[in-house]
Amino acid sequence: MLRYVLGRLLSAIPTLFLIITISFFLMRIAPGGPFDLERPLEAKVMENLNKIYNLDKSLWEQYLIYLKSVLSGDFGPSFFFRDFSINELFAQSLPISMQLGLGALTLALVIGGFFGVIAALRQNKGVDYSVMTAATFGVTIPNFVVAPCLTLVLGVYWGWLPVGGWGGGAFVNKILPVVTLALPQIAIVARLTRGSMIEALRSNHVRTARAYGLSGYTIVVVHALRGAILPVVTYLGPAAAALLTGSVVIETIFGIPGIGRYFVQGALNRDYTLVMGTVVVVACFVILFNLIVDLLYAVLDPRVRFD
Amino acid sequence: MSVTSTNNKETPELGRSLWDDAKDRLKANRAAVTSIVVLIFITILSIIGPMLAPHEYDAVYRDYVKVPASLEAYPRQDQIEPAFMSVAKRARLNVESYQVVDGKVEAEVTSRREIDERNTRRFDRSDIFENTQIINYSEDRKSATVTADVQYMHFYFGTDANGRDMLTRTLIAGRVSLTIGLLATLVAISIGVIYGTVSGYFGGKVDLIMMRVVDILYSLPFIFFVIMLVVFFGRNFVLMFIAVGAVEWLDMARIVRGQTLSIKRQEYVQAAEAMGVESGGILKRHIIPNTLGPVVVYMTLLVPKVILLESFLSFLGLGVQEPMTSWGVLISEGARNLQGAPWMLIFPSLFLTSTLFALNFIGDGLRDALDPKDR
Repeated sequence: MLRYVLGRLLSAIPTLFLIITISFFLMRIAPGGPFDLERPLEAKVMENLNKIYNLDKSLWEQYLIYLKSVLSGDFGPSFFFRDFSINELFAQSLPISMQLGLGALTLALVIGGFFGVIAALRQNKGVDYSVMTAATFGVTIPNFVVAPCLTLVLGVYWGWLPVGGWGGGAFVNKILPVVTLALPQIAIVARLTRGSMIEALRSNHVRTARAYGLSGYTIVVVHALRGAILPVVTYLGPAAAALLTGSVVIETIFGIPGIGRYFVQGALNRDYTLVMGTVVVVACFVILFNLIVDLLYAVLDPRVRFD
Repeated sequence: MSVTSTNNKETPELGRSLWDDAKDRLKANRAAVTSIVVLIFITILSIIGPMLAPHEYDAVYRDYVKVPASLEAYPRQDQIEPAFMSVAKRARLNVESYQVVDGKVEAEVTSRREIDERNTRRFDRSDIFENTQIINYSEDRKSATVTADVQYMHFYFGTDANGRDMLTRTLIAGRVSLTIGLLATLVAISIGVIYGTVSGYFGGKVDLIMMRVVDILYSLPFIFFVIMLVVFFGRNFVLMFIAVGAVEWLDMARIVRGQTLSIKRQEYVQAAEAMGVESGGILKRHIIPNTLGPVVVYMTLLVPKVILLESFLSFLGLGVQEPMTSWGVLISEGARNLQGAPWMLIFPSLFLTSTLFALNFIGDGLRDALDPKDR
């Protein structure tokens, strides 16, 4: 098991290297530079800026310098937020995004799973249809429609919750963003759980469990759900990586200082180091969560073994 | 070959193909059929609607900024007088008497200076009046009668923050969104199918390398990719869907590769190989047509995904540029004006959501219809 994990982590290194290389050069080929303003800076100022940020060197030299600093765990200074290094920005924003993502993930798993199981147990009845219709709504309504509606109703008309802002991580400030972030995930998880649960309820081992006269709870939760949760886990792996690294839309609408916003800002302002840093962080999360998914498989499904 | 065909003159009974079966099963699926009807309705509305609509999609009515959706015509009765007074004030005319008869304003005006014929333009320029005339000049030309027709207009979906008709804009946005959805999907499907079949059919090292490339592209954050492509191509409508399509082909390539792996072991492919058909011919004639089932299903699910992606890009300000518009642009504008002008969000969202709903149901229906397990 340990050897498998180590092997997987080692094989991630070339992937990460390739990702860094591709995005580095893609970013640099894009027209425009970080210091292109509407009114151009003076030539001398520009020259000095370029010297400070090593932009006067050849692309290859810059690439090697960047690789070296990433290897030592330093993502370099930000071009756009002049007073901050990328590490400082991430240290502030990543925990915020991760809290939101984790909250949304838990909500999705608990509520989505619950409704999925209920729908599967009442297949083709009223409950099933209403859950599935609600789920389709959840998938099709984009969250930048849901977010303003929720803020308007809960925040402005009824005044129960703050409309936006982080508020130093106060619980009330987290409710709206987490719920908005979780809604589409709840819908997808409910659909997936329903599908696999229906199959699991028909399988032989559940029939055997029924024949033993086990209680409904034991049959559903212990025997059927364990197998039925596998597709959900497969889906939630990449989804978790995406959720934990922040959502641009949610963070923009609710004014939350998370990592998701940096991505778009960075790419539009050609903040090379910021974009590269985000790419690396996201890629690490994706790789890590794919590994976690595979390990969870071994825990949930006794047929899967890593030797 | 021709010898065998001479004997049976009467047409042989036609076999039922996979597609015939699928069609019948799809027809039996009520949700899917309704969805197809809804989708066709929205498509037709988007295509011919803007031509029939009474307003241009980029026509600005400065007197009707953010007016609510209504079946009644604008201007409202109580809107006419203030509008007339304010124009008259701008023209330095004092209104002595004022009355509205049958959608026609008649007012006696006086002025300290001589009244100029050209003052009619000030009235005509306003969106509320037309055919303004100044008649019955007095001796010293310092008083006269102004008559003007009230120009009645309908804004069934209201207007936006610039005073443009939301109905026309929603329909023209539908054109853009559906086009992007369809074309981007076609681009994604073409790349994905060709990539997947080649990778699956040739196998071995080719397959290994090609799939490795897909894996790496998978771990690249997808927003980064789209933003980079948009930055490269500029905010160009045509190139944007190519960019979106170029990002979305990865899933398709994987699905098609899996299909190809099983198809290439079939007897008819081996027979074709034995007869010396070239690889390109086998791919074109035997493999690609047989992967189409899952491709079609995936396509109906990809179109809503692309439309959503386009709205997301528009939300970030990277999408279609003004005065052109798309559902995403309208929705993000509507979200910003939700408190004062909810109709700006409601109508585009309604269209977008029902389209996505319909496409999802069609996708689910097709998947059930094409599922060989359901025979």
